[in-house]
This record gives sequence, structure tokens and C-alpha cells, in this order.
Amino acid sequence: MQPDAAAHGAPQDPGAAQEPAGLRKSGTPPESGSPQKSGTPQKPADPDLARARAQAARNHRLLVNGTRVALLVALLGLWEWLARISVVDPFNFSMPSKIWAQMSNWALNGTPQGPLLQQIWTTLYEALLGWIIGVLAGVVLGIALGRIRFLSDVLGPYVKVLNALPRIVLAPVFLIWFGLGPASKIASAVVLVFFPVFFNAFQGAREVDRNLVANSRILGADDRQITFQVVIPSATSWIFTSLHVSFGFALIGAIVGEYIGATKGIGLLVAASQGTFNAAGVYAAMVILAVVALLAEGLLAFLEKKLFRWRPVDTGGN
Amino acid sequence: MSSQTSPAIELRGTSKVFRSPSGTPHTAVRDLDLTVERGEFVAVVGPTGCGKSTTLTLVSGLEEPTEGEVLVAGEPVRGVGDKLGFVFQRDAVFPWRTVLSNVTAGPRFRGTGKAEAKEQARSWLERVGLAAFEDRYPHQLSGGQLKRVALAMTFVNDPELLLMDEPFSSLDVQTRALMSDELLDLWSGTGASVVFVTHDLEESIALADKVVVMTAGPATVKEIFEIDLPRPRQVESIRLEPRFLEIYREIWASLGEEVRITRERGATDAA
Repeated sequence: MQPDAAAHGAPQDPGAAQEPAGLRKSGTPPESGSPQKSGTPQKPADPDLARARAQAARNHRLLVNGTRVALLVALLGLWEWLARISVVDPFNFSMPSKIWAQMSNWALNGTPQGPLLQQIWTTLYEALLGWIIGVLAGVVLGIALGRIRFLSDVLGPYVKVLNALPRIVLAPVFLIWFGLGPASKIASAVVLVFFPVFFNAFQGAREVDRNLVANSRILGADDRQITFQVVIPSATSWIFTSLHVSFGFALIGAIVGEYIGATKGIGLLVAASQGTFNAAGVYAAMVILAVVALLAEGLLAFLEKKLFRWRPVDTGGN
Repeated sequence: MSSQTSPAIELRGTSKVFRSPSGTPHTAVRDLDLTVERGEFVAVVGPTGCGKSTTLTLVSGLEEPTEGEVLVAGEPVRGVGDKLGFVFQRDAVFPWRTVLSNVTAGPRFRGTGKAEAKEQARSWLERVGLAAFEDRYPHQLSGGQLKRVALAMTFVNDPELLLMDEPFSSLDVQTRALMSDELLDLWSGTGASVVFVTHDLEESIALADKVVVMTAGPATVKEIFEIDLPRPRQVESIRLEPRFLEIYREIWASLGEEVRITRERGATDAA
């Protein structure tokens, strides 16, 4: 079963896949070549074959990425062209060059509400803080309700009712309660983030392998050790699934909060641009948001990879 | 005083009734009397699904009997005891821990210091032949290697009583024979009492001092056979000996009937 294990071990660092693969290939022949010297003639051809495969894989990736870029350029070009020949109305629908001009103008000269970086930072700060609070509350309560039957029996119906509420309508309420500052945005981010994280943590705590819990009891674990060393680690993959979605929710909470009423933030940029019929400004704010969201997502994926070294690497489509 | 001389396990008139989600009671074990002496290797065989595993969970303290008594070392079972080892049918390893960390789990749960737990774990990994794999994660191991990890996790706690629930049923035939030999090797000298549940009669004869045949469910003891084959045993070669075949025929005469009953029930259930 050793080769099986090695095969699993090999693709574990896909980030650095190309270089080590090349190194390993060149290291292989002296090892496996010597005992099989007499028998197999195709063995010396192996490095060439491997190189050809690596080349093919590289070509494929190049083709995919190239097509992606071409598609984007084509779409933006089409939009620009249609707007310039006035097939679509450039005032209402704007065009890529105007959006770019708006973004660089904001970046260089600042927005009407202050420097661009300050707006980005404000939104990010609200979303991040709301996300952290929401995640902590969701995980703690989810695990607690998942582990303690009495709590889940008592609180279950209330949680369902709260979840059925379209929580984004709470944003104006928070604005009244907490004012125009960051607190009201953080609060709307928290209520949006809490529920998906809570339900996943709860489900994760419920779906822990019973066999594993039984074995831990036999091995000598008490209830506290089972919660912290068996249930929580088992539930982390469930929780992480919800973290991805919920960071998006945190951004939505912050933006909607800012849109309704704020003194700073990207949501305010959207509202202000809309108020002055500046379509390019709305799009520019959207692009900035998308970039922020993608960066956060990338960071999360990186953390997840660090944390889940124990998991078998997905080699297939699943 | 009594705990020194009393048998390892005594079941007296034990019954276990489960309630299915729909509310209908299901009797898994009925009026079971069984004694396991200290240091004895007892195999329990019976038709599939007859309630053998339930017997083990009662002894382990994971479940409580509906009626009757379960005594371990002369004391009534209350909760999971600390002199106990349990090897499950499915490997209950922690997938997020390395092999070494899995084996240290037991001692760590019981309050042993980190360094000492590691030392104990390493010595057991050595004995099961996994010393070179201590940094691997469970998903990187084969079925036989996982079984070895499970055995090391159990033996590192130095159990006086070892319960095994069809531990090798998921392994291929060759690995199974190899693991059986390793189990006998690990067990010899520990002085632990073993209850080994299986539906494989050959395996039970090759391993045990005593084979208990259970009836078709609800399980109760039908007959007990003493196995007088000499130790140390080699599982693969012992099953070719004439005495082994004699014993096999004798027990099968008893077990075969229960298996038939189970099969016929299955047929009428399906019809």
C-alpha cells in the first residue's frame, strides 16, 4: 500500500506542482532504473514522456487562461464599441473607458467623500469585524446547541423564526439604533453572517461520527475533551464551508448599511454616484468591491489549505 | 479481594431492548448468561445481525442493559470503565491527526504527559510495524495499516479487558490472517481477557480458547465449545490440522442451524 500512500502524497502541494514534479522526475530514474535495468526498455524513455505530459498540461493551462482573457477583452470591447456608436446609451449604461477613468480619478484625486483607500478600508473594517463577531457567535452557539440537547430543544423554534425573517430589513433599524457610524453596518453584517455559520456548526456538531465519539469515550475522553478534541475538529470542515459564503454576506451587510446612510465607505460611493446620475461611479464601486471580495476569498482559501492538511487531496471533479 | 478472584466478565440474565424511531420495541439480546475468565480469549459467533455487537456495547458500558446484570471484574458496569479497550468494526481513528497523534490520544485523554504519551505511542507503533509512518495521516494508509493504528491506539492504554467487534471483517483474506497472527502476538503476555465478536467460524476457532455460539436474534447463548488447540498458534497453518477440522464440524453443526433460521427469516421478511 506504500505506492498508494505516495501517490496521495504527491499532489499535495498543487501550488508548487510544476517545479517539484520536474525535480522528482529527474530524480526517479537512478532509483527505479537500476533494479529494472535488464527488463524494461521503456524505462529510459520515461523522463521524456513525463516532460511531454508536463508540456501538454502547461499548454492546456495556457489555452484556458488565454481564452479567458480574450473573452473578457471581447466583452469589454463590445460594450465600449456599442456605447461609442450609441447603440446603448453611454449616459445610463456608461462604458469601460469611463469606468476606468472614474476609478483612476478616485484613486488619484480622492472621492468626494475623502480618499479612496479610506472608503475601501472603512467597508473592509465593518465587514471584517461583523464577520468575525458573526462567525464566533455562530460557531459557539452552533456547537453548544449541537452538543446540548436541552438547549437545542428550547431554542430551536426561535432560531427557525429568526432565520425566516429577511434580515436585511434590520439594516434601517440598526441605523436608527447605532447611528451613521460603523456600528450599524457591523450589526447588519453580524446578523447576515451568523445564521449560515450557526446552521453549519450545528449540523457539523450533530453529524460527528458516532463511532469516533464512542471510541474516544473508550479511550478515556470526558465530555469536555469530546467537545474540544472530537466534535469541534470534525465540525471545522462544515464551518469552513460556511465561512466562504458568509464573508460575502458580511460585505453585503456593510454595503447595504452604508448605502442607507453613512459618512464613509464604498456603499456611500454607490449611493452618492447614483444620486448624481454617475453610472460610471456605481460600476467603479462595484469593480472595487469585487476585487476586495476576491482577495478576501483567496486569503480564506489559503488558510483552509493550511488547516486541512489531513484531508485527502481532491484529484477529481468533486 | 473479590475483584482479584472474580471473573473478568459476568452477564446474568441480561436483556437489551431498543426502541425503533417508530416506537416498536426490538429485542437485541435476551436473557443472556455468559462468563469470561481472566486472561481468556473468548470468541462469540452467531448469524449476522443477531445481537453480538450489542453484547459488547453492554459490557463496555456504552449502553445499559434493559434487564439483568453486567459485571466486569466483579463490579457492576456503570459508564465506560478505564481498564477497557474496544476495537471497532469500522476504524475509529481521528482523520485530522497523524498516526502518532492518534495513538497518543488515549494516554492524553487519561492525563498522561505529552512526552510520556509520545514515548508509549512510539513503542506500540514499533510493535505493530508502523514506526516509519508516524507522521502520516490516516487517509494515506491502507486498510491493514489503519487496523494496526487502531490496535496500537487500544493496546497503548494497557487494557485488562479487550472487546473486539468484527475488527478484521473489512480486510482481505491474506491481510486478515496476518492481522490475526499479530493480534495473538500482541495479546500474549498482556494477560488481558478478550471478547472477539465475529461471524467467521474459522477465525474464531483459530484465535480463541472458547467459542460461544449465539442463537439467531434476539441473541442468547446456545452452546459453548472449548478449543484445545495448542498455543502459540499460526492462523494460516492451524486451519489445516485435522483437530481444527473436527472442531469446525462440531461447532458448525450447532451454528449452521441458527444461520439457516436467520436466512429463512430473511426470506419471509423479503416476501
